[in-house]
Amino acid sequence: MKLDNRTDKLLPGERLRRLENFGHSIAKAGYVYRPVRVEDAAKVFELSRESGARVGLRGSGRSYGDASLNGGEIVLDMQRMRRILDWNPETGVIKVEPGVTIEQLWKYTLEDGWWLPVNPGTMFPTLGGCLGANVHGKNNWKAGPLGEHVLEFTALLANGEMVRCSPKENSELFYAMIGGMGLLGVFTAITLQMKRIYSGKLRVKAWAEASLGEIVRAVDDGKEEYDYIVAWVDCTAGGRGLGRGQMHSANYLAEGEDAQPTQSLRIDNQVLPDTFFGLVPKSALWRLMKPWTNNGGWRMVNTAKYAASRTLGNHKSYEQPLVAFNFLLDYVPNWERAYGPGGLIQYQSFIPKETAEEAYREMLRLCKRRRLPSYLGVVKRHRPDKFLLSHAVDGFSMAMDFRVSERNRTRLRKLTAELDQIVLEAGGRFYFAKDSTLTAEGAARFLGEAAIKQFRKLKGQYDPDGLLQTDLYERCFGGG
Amino acid sequence: MAMDETLKAESRLTPHKRVVVVGASSGIGAALAQQLASEGYLVAALARRAEVLEKVCMQINEAAGEGAARGYVHDAADHGEIPGMFQKILRELGGIDALVYVAGVQHPVGINEYDIEKDREMIEVNLLGAMAWMGEAARLFEQMKAGQIVGISSVAGDRGRVGSPAYNTSKAGMNTYLEALRNRLTRHGVNVLTVKPGFVESELMRKNAKMVFGVISPEKAAKDIWRAMRKRKQQLYTPGWWRWLMLGIQHTPSFIFRRLSF
Repeated sequence: MKLDNRTDKLLPGERLRRLENFGHSIAKAGYVYRPVRVEDAAKVFELSRESGARVGLRGSGRSYGDASLNGGEIVLDMQRMRRILDWNPETGVIKVEPGVTIEQLWKYTLEDGWWLPVNPGTMFPTLGGCLGANVHGKNNWKAGPLGEHVLEFTALLANGEMVRCSPKENSELFYAMIGGMGLLGVFTAITLQMKRIYSGKLRVKAWAEASLGEIVRAVDDGKEEYDYIVAWVDCTAGGRGLGRGQMHSANYLAEGEDAQPTQSLRIDNQVLPDTFFGLVPKSALWRLMKPWTNNGGWRMVNTAKYAASRTLGNHKSYEQPLVAFNFLLDYVPNWERAYGPGGLIQYQSFIPKETAEEAYREMLRLCKRRRLPSYLGVVKRHRPDKFLLSHAVDGFSMAMDFRVSERNRTRLRKLTAELDQIVLEAGGRFYFAKDSTLTAEGAARFLGEAAIKQFRKLKGQYDPDGLLQTDLYERCFGGG
Repeated sequence: MAMDETLKAESRLTPHKRVVVVGASSGIGAALAQQLASEGYLVAALARRAEVLEKVCMQINEAAGEGAARGYVHDAADHGEIPGMFQKILRELGGIDALVYVAGVQHPVGINEYDIEKDREMIEVNLLGAMAWMGEAARLFEQMKAGQIVGISSVAGDRGRVGSPAYNTSKAGMNTYLEALRNRLTRHGVNVLTVKPGFVESELMRKNAKMVFGVISPEKAAKDIWRAMRKRKQQLYTPGWWRWLMLGIQHTPSFIFRRLSF
């Protein structure tokens, strides 16, 4: 019973906006502020103190779950702080503001022969968001998460303090803020080490594998030979074909292998085509996908895709632009809209190599049994890292996309709870950039008591008034 | 926590709806708060009288589960407090899906009485309070492209009568305001429902009505309103036969109506 009628400082009602997650499965209202300078962000923290409304950080809003939502409170949208502050084409060291996107970054450095060493499947997230979630790419077992390529960053902490962090300086905060989901402070400048490349192309190989066991082995066996490796899994197939799919591996070209690097490194030669088969405009493609986005339709699509992978170009090697290989998700603009008004969720779990295959087999079977097959499955290889709220393991990850509809909500909820049990029992972990279903109990179990205690200690130290919070924090950490 | 309990709790996949009920301590307001909570809504219950409100919230929480209702002490005539109160509730609930405005006063007035103090209070609570609350909700719902505004008006708003000029005016004003909101917001996916109850058992009715018939309980009215909310109706008479009676009354020519004394 709340009888306290003290009204705090009012937030301007015209700042109210509807904000969604990338999966369009959740919509929340927020009072949106878009700082241009660090001082503007500091003022928003001050406003938070005066109004009693807490602050959630948001970049491009590309996380699948509720990480960038803060229902009914302030949302600090960092997209306007998007200046590139410094660039050294000799050393490949770049300093950027947190609202700079991956797209902005590669377009800036590529023609000088530098590439971001770790890229998520899309180029639209901001670097601040990417570091908050400590994203990985299809080379995680080799290159680690993005955070390992940060030389230093500066941040405005919730207590008003400005700090500089690197693996040496304020290292405790360095390893907690990267992957810390924006709950301790906001990045104000990020210095990254880019990777030297000698061509704008990758040598890609594609081949089919007939079962989950073969997929897992292929991903593991490729560790030495390839720079990138990823498996697409047909989650609609059952029986002997359970977990069948297609592998894609890629290697950077060494110096001299590309006869005309100045050509392949040009931005114009990297841009994704805007039509499919030279005919269908890609901006319309998601509408064509929409009628297929159901159990029967997607099963046909998956079966056709698998059949194609076994015949057309099986075991062929070809060269592909870096952008086309890395940013697969951007191939079809707004593809997530094809999932309809309920949107989608992604369920991604990270399981140690000893238990992964068995657990994933059980999970695929369970989804089929519950008549909730994932429409898209992706398997990758990972290794552990030193970050406090890490999702990585020495093992594999499997990501599964599920359609959300009014009819399946409750069943999907139950399914994800059952999947959680399998993952946790197999010693697995979860990834806050993707997750929207984990409970606080599940989060505590995978992170471990020590990590949670340490995170709470830092939260108490650098955000003593609890100014920073998101829907994800409330869900997975009980709001502190 | 056992799996069953986990599944009962709210989740991002299965969120509860949130409703603000202004005037929830008695009558239709209390019954509707109760009804909505039993349908799975989280209820922010507002009323002037703290003790009564506390009791209503306790009853709801006992029936629908702990945390189903939160009480906020508020006087709907205190318009300055409304924007802050709205933000506080939005923050604490994490979102608002529906607003129900039930608060209303009706002072008995004699047929030759002109008391601006009595009239002012009726306008301040019944009309201005409604406008202030609904305006806040409208701004949010327009942005969210979703939401529901329910105004508990009255059959008394359909004609001006000798017995209650100011009360009639307040309810007629509310009807017009609701209609305007409906015209503004339907294109944004927001539903606006005007509820016109007849005689509903309540303090307000006992104090005022001389000639009563067809009295229904607040619970029956709440059931009707919930059904109309679910169907996203525009207007509801409760009980339903008032629609036909009021059709007759609305079309009674003035030369007859001004000779009547009810």
